[in-house]
Amino acid sequence: MVNKSREIKIICRCEDVSEDEIIEAIREGFTDFEELRRKLRIGMGPCQGRTCFNLVRRILIRELGLKNKDIKLPTSRPPIVPTPLGVFCSKEREGDNNDSKR
Amino acid sequence: MILSDEEFPKKTEVLVIGGGVNGCSIAYQLAKRGINVTLCEKDFICAGATGRCGAGIRQQWSTVENARLAIESVKIFEKLGRELHADIGLRQGGYLIMVHDSNELKNAEKNVEMQHSLGLNVDILESDKINDIVPILDVKGIGAIAATFCPTDGHADPFKTTFAYAKAALRYGARIFTHTEVKNIKVDKGRIKSVVTSRGEIKPEIVVNAAGAWSRKIAEIIGVRLPNKPVRKEIIVTERLEPIFEAMVISFKDGLYFSQQIEGQILGGIPSPAEKPGYYTMPTFEFIQHMSRTLTRYAPVLKNVNIVRHWTGYYDVTPDARPILGEVEGVKGFLQCNGFSGHGFMLSPMVTKTLVDYIVDRKTSDILESLSIKRFKEGKLVKETSVVG
Repeated sequence: MVNKSREIKIICRCEDVSEDEIIEAIREGFTDFEELRRKLRIGMGPCQGRTCFNLVRRILIRELGLKNKDIKLPTSRPPIVPTPLGVFCSKEREGDNNDSKR
Repeated sequence: MILSDEEFPKKTEVLVIGGGVNGCSIAYQLAKRGINVTLCEKDFICAGATGRCGAGIRQQWSTVENARLAIESVKIFEKLGRELHADIGLRQGGYLIMVHDSNELKNAEKNVEMQHSLGLNVDILESDKINDIVPILDVKGIGAIAATFCPTDGHADPFKTTFAYAKAALRYGARIFTHTEVKNIKVDKGRIKSVVTSRGEIKPEIVVNAAGAWSRKIAEIIGVRLPNKPVRKEIIVTERLEPIFEAMVISFKDGLYFSQQIEGQILGGIPSPAEKPGYYTMPTFEFIQHMSRTLTRYAPVLKNVNIVRHWTGYYDVTPDARPILGEVEGVKGFLQCNGFSGHGFMLSPMVTKTLVDYIVDRKTSDILESLSIKRFKEGKLVKETSVVG
């Protein structure tokens, strides 16, 4: 439960998820990093977990009494940095009917 | 990990293999009806296709069976949040299906007529009405001459939905074991004798194979051959944007689908030029390029929008792109709930209800008949042609 009397610590800034929300989900039974990610959307925003994954890992270690090596970080997915759709279109875009080149 | 605290049981009435939306829904409904049910998932809940899907819910199909399953499923989705005491993220923003030529228009008219006969509210729109629903579409650029639109189609959150099913199942006494892999299945005189898992051996009366892309491997253990093939599918999602549109846009010609999620991201997929069957998990550059080109052709304004993530998942594809449900020949009590060919999430409410009615009441139905594995042997295939992604 969020304790209003103390400060709220934001762990995932992209998706606006607090430490209290993460602890609550872990206690609810979401003890797998990948499940936590799917439940709370931590690490799903523009930074793709670069800020929060290590913080979440520390919370999991603390809450579950695990060792660092017990925790597998979620899969890294491309692109490495947010990239505009237009970048992938390259020159062929002008020809319009790209599909025929499949 | 959502997991029963109990020891791994030695016996169960029904063993469900697979912790996706279909497996969790079956576990929930059986437990609610007083059946002793155990679910085994080799990874975590939503690890497979459910947690990787495009999350659309569509009732506009070319085959009567899929349309009926989808229409009934939407009725269940509409009440599901209340039933499970959870938000499932349902939003009915409609599906807008692009029609590019006279041939497609003929098919659309035929499909809409069939869908009308089932009571579905669906219309064919003139091309000048398309931008009323999705303003960013370049209707002329993509050569759309019309579109079909069903306002009660939409989207739900696969994680929220599946977690809600799993938790409700646990409340009713189902046992769910994640990180528990099926290693062997022992058969005796045409019946399943026991199932060996990484957590122990269990004797079930009935086994439901809801293992998605791995269903074929599960069936192979006891010599049942499923025609399903795993096909890697890919999706991109962009950064969050202001709300622009609510409908899912799809095109059968291009295989494209995309929508804007409740949180604002644009999410979509298209068949990759590098597509081939097999257990491949690596995202491909061919896909991201083909997807970016096609999506910016449909909505040129998106070209400056950032892609933040690109991932893969499997379609469990059958030769006619329709699911395989129910009993198989040779092994009694080995029920199939797989082969969804990309539509497992949206069809799950009615598919699982049909199977649960069969398990509990021995109630068979014409849907079970027509989607039985027998159809491949008899060669009576009616292909579902309304497929994207």
